[in-house]
Amino acid sequence: MAAHAPAREKRATTLEERARQALAEVLDPELDEPITDLGFVRSVEADGDHRLTVHLRLPTSFCAPNFAYLMASDAKDVLTALPGVGTVTVLLDDHHDSDLINRGLAADAGYRGTFGAEADNDLEELRLIFRRKAHAAAMERALTALLRQDASLTEERLHGIVLGDLPSTEATRALLQRREALGLGTSPSDPVMVDDHGLPYQAGEIPLRLRFARSVRLSIDGNAHFCRALLRTRYPDAAQDQSPRQEDSTLITPEKEHTP
Amino acid sequence: MYAKDGENYFIVDAHVALWDARPSNQLNIHGKQFIDCFYDYHRNLSPEAELWPYEDFLYYGGRRLMKDLFDDGHVDHAIFQPAHLGAFFDSGFGQAEEAFALAQQHPDRLTYNHCWDPRLEQKGIEQLRRDAARFGLKGAKLYTAEWHGDSRGYKLDDTWSYRYLEAAQELGIKNIHIHKGPTIRPLDRDAFDVADVDKAASDFPELNFVVEHCGLPRLEDFCWIATQEPNVHAGLAVAMPFIHRRPRYFAQILGELLFWLDENRIQFSSDYALWTPRWLIEKFVDFQIPEDMQGEYPPITVEQKKKILGLNAAALYDIPVPAELALAQPAGV
Repeated sequence: MAAHAPAREKRATTLEERARQALAEVLDPELDEPITDLGFVRSVEADGDHRLTVHLRLPTSFCAPNFAYLMASDAKDVLTALPGVGTVTVLLDDHHDSDLINRGLAADAGYRGTFGAEADNDLEELRLIFRRKAHAAAMERALTALLRQDASLTEERLHGIVLGDLPSTEATRALLQRREALGLGTSPSDPVMVDDHGLPYQAGEIPLRLRFARSVRLSIDGNAHFCRALLRTRYPDAAQDQSPRQEDSTLITPEKEHTP
Repeated sequence: MYAKDGENYFIVDAHVALWDARPSNQLNIHGKQFIDCFYDYHRNLSPEAELWPYEDFLYYGGRRLMKDLFDDGHVDHAIFQPAHLGAFFDSGFGQAEEAFALAQQHPDRLTYNHCWDPRLEQKGIEQLRRDAARFGLKGAKLYTAEWHGDSRGYKLDDTWSYRYLEAAQELGIKNIHIHKGPTIRPLDRDAFDVADVDKAASDFPELNFVVEHCGLPRLEDFCWIATQEPNVHAGLAVAMPFIHRRPRYFAQILGELLFWLDENRIQFSSDYALWTPRWLIEKFVDFQIPEDMQGEYPPITVEQKKKILGLNAAALYDIPVPAELALAQPAGV
């Protein structure tokens, strides 16, 4: 998984704290955010024998089972990798595939062992598709910020913009992390506006490509906001576990939008 | 019809349901999980004054539907888009017989679309032929995440899907509403991806493909294919209610749709009974792209609103529009 969750400065001491820190490295691939910030971690329990039991929850019973499995199995992986940990149990609560997924996790059956005939190969391509979407959205955020900052800069001229031209902001750091996750170049002389494979676009196609990246970003932001809100509707106590989304273009608003 | 500020709007609600999700009709826990998920959508996005008690939401019946859509809801014509969900509900989720009977009583008000499942193969095609004749079908609703045996989803470009589309074309069922859900076979892939719709739309140019909730949660994938396929349309089910709680998000969805598609290929729907149409229509007629966003998205015109609220769907379904409610330039295809 991409390890680009915000760095946690606080030093964890107890196993429970270390477990929560580790879970912050697990991303929801669709929403491109740590499951801890989304409130998907319902509870973390460590007992005297260093056994860990973690319950996960999602916004609906009908969230896509492939993504649900990815997050739950990633969670088990990061917890099992913790030094000094005993048995790790990860349980997905209240999902239509809870039984299936929890059995598969307990047996370390893997994706194909868990889903049987429904699984063809693996979920790596699915992961890759969403890393690419996350990159497109981060690229759009960084470039749109640049366009807003510099009125003389036009979309066509984004062709010449390289990573070194970007200001030192959270948006730029986020873009660099997402490029790294895809194995794309991160040197200051690398062009910013690139396709999924890191190839720069022709100057003429940049406005349309930027426009498309904007719709990707809008989708992710909109989904992230809706999923958070649905989780609070389903589990009112989830509100206290959620951190606000760092960048949400759908909420740049003078007046506070309604929250349920 | 809805009138405001001297303008009259002909309203087609292009996606409504008459469902029965009461415990007596639930086959298993998934029936309850399904309706609870719907109810959370309803609770999350409705204005407080429009919230229904859970019991009402489980089943509301034809009389309530007629009142909510036509007496109170400003709707001129509504189209049933049933999801069968035979693995969760004993007599299905969408109540085919009840809805069809209602449509027969009110043919000027209601159109009944039916559904099919390509995994029923030849037997299902024969049933489709009988259904087309009996219901007088002009359209169909396909829920691709329908569970069937040990398969929990299908794609529109599967071999049997194509045979059904060929039959639909032959039978004059020209409007295919696609509702993507979270499961697909194999689960390796993104169930919300619309690449299969792209392929089907190219291969069946005489059919219209209305992608419900305009591809959400994959708005971008939908826009990308719709810009290339002139017979792909956006249904606004589920997108509409964001107009209340998240107007800026709604503005962006609409702005993107108008950019990538055009104003003739976007259809209003309340997704009743997830939401009721009255408040959605009233808010939409009052809606405008926020001023600070108008650099990115041009303001929405009255003519565009008229097309989206009814004239586009009326054109696809040959629903007669009174002359005084039509535009000088006809809407739709």
